[in-house]
Amino acid sequence: MPDATILAAALVNGATQGAIYALIALGLTLIYGVLHIINFAHGAALMAALYAVLLLFTGLGVDPYVALPIVTAGMFALGYALQRMVIGPASHGRDENILLVTLGVAILLENLALVAFKSDTRTIDTPYAFATVDVGGVLIAVPKLAALGGALAMTAALFWLIERTDLGRAIRAVAKERQGARLCGIDVEHVFALCYGIGLACVGAAACFLLPSYYVNPTVGGGFVLIAFTVVVLGGMGSFVGALVGGFVVGLAESLGGLAGITLGWGENMGQLGIFLVFIAVLLFRPQGLFGARG
Amino acid sequence: MTEASPLLDVSGLRSGYGGVEILRGVDLAVRPGEIVAVLGSNGAGKSTLNNTLSGIVRAHGGSVRFAGEDVTAAGSAAIVAAGLVQVPEGRRVFPDLTVRDNLLVGAYRRGRAHRARSLERVHAVFPRLAERERQRAGTLSGGEQQMLAIGRGLMAEPRLLILDEPSLGLSPKLVDEMFALVRRLHADGLAILLVEQNVAESLAVAQRAYVLENGAIRLSGAAADLAANPEVRRAYLGL
Repeated sequence: MPDATILAAALVNGATQGAIYALIALGLTLIYGVLHIINFAHGAALMAALYAVLLLFTGLGVDPYVALPIVTAGMFALGYALQRMVIGPASHGRDENILLVTLGVAILLENLALVAFKSDTRTIDTPYAFATVDVGGVLIAVPKLAALGGALAMTAALFWLIERTDLGRAIRAVAKERQGARLCGIDVEHVFALCYGIGLACVGAAACFLLPSYYVNPTVGGGFVLIAFTVVVLGGMGSFVGALVGGFVVGLAESLGGLAGITLGWGENMGQLGIFLVFIAVLLFRPQGLFGARG
Repeated sequence: MTEASPLLDVSGLRSGYGGVEILRGVDLAVRPGEIVAVLGSNGAGKSTLNNTLSGIVRAHGGSVRFAGEDVTAAGSAAIVAAGLVQVPEGRRVFPDLTVRDNLLVGAYRRGRAHRARSLERVHAVFPRLAERERQRAGTLSGGEQQMLAIGRGLMAEPRLLILDEPSLGLSPKLVDEMFALVRRLHADGLAILLVEQNVAESLAVAQRAYVLENGAIRLSGAAADLAANPEVRRAYLGL
């Protein structure tokens, strides 16, 4: 057995990673739940946001946490415009078209990044990159703690928006009954674009929390989006609570799986195995996901 | 005595889906405070008419004027904002939202300033909706969902309410209640365009009526005259 501090550190790591996964998955599940499309451009959007954070830091000296409102707003605007001007018009109302259009956007973004930044993996050096705080004998890296707090705050804000505001009610109305929503005077195309924008804003926020302790290259989004899809399916397609809980489940499974692998001498790659063991176990017993509706 | 100018004035309206024309020149008017029935069998074009009036289907030709404004090319949001509100066939309530949230969404585009007052009014008309305020709309019975759909329409403070097949799928007792409700809303001064397959009850409650056949108005006139018309009696009342 590993000692308690190592276990506690793994739990904190898992929770932090889980909060980031949850944030990315919330954007994905919002887009799926309302627009009924699987957003293949989600990973590429994360990559673009990470480069935005990188450029703001290296070019203008803007700290990633200070860049949060800029990158979040910028990603929202990008998402709104993409849905309104590219994805919506190009799809002609057919779901398989939308799927291909989002895939096309992803390929375009990744190759633009390759042209602009080459395939180098890049990181940023912040003064607090290796700073730690002592929480009851467990040393926690400051960027991890900021990521955990920030992702939770963003998630809370998103829940408030969806559950408590008029716009949130309109979004939930459009998700299940477009025609009824139109007859209430809701501009459905505007709501679609808002949701796509909010989905990418989540990714923008995740990028700001991620980069101080992570890296960026043109294909960095792929790994995250695979896990985000896992989270969304695990939690139940279209469920916000499911995305939040699923994010933490996956983050903890990854971190504790890695710890178990190291302890048993199987190597640290066991984290990925942990994710998919939990995933398969959940789907065996609840095929609709933890919080998904049946049928 | 001069006749009030029409609240809704439709002339030569043509529309349809894709390349298929369903409405082939419809003329129709509703004056303030009037109940007007549009009758017709399945496939006559009733729902296409409603959806064109509500801006969901684009008109190919003709014109729609509402409260003096040309709304022929307006979108659904602008039409609701003007006060032309449709309660659709099949209710189309928001299944995952609570009864209360459904009603609040009704006042999304119009009537938001008086939302609390409208909510009280709808609860007074439909006490059942007040009882079920926190329940998800998807768990309501068909009759309750129909109440909710009408209540949601009333939340927008309509100047003209289009009711599309409000009695469809209801038990005979609820059908009677529905028509009693239509009378009551009308008594409060609301103009109603009642689009129905239930010809007998509709003619009993309406002042004027139009018979829609193959996308065009076949007959029109005072409801009492149409109820006595041998053609209507034979084709729609089975007499």
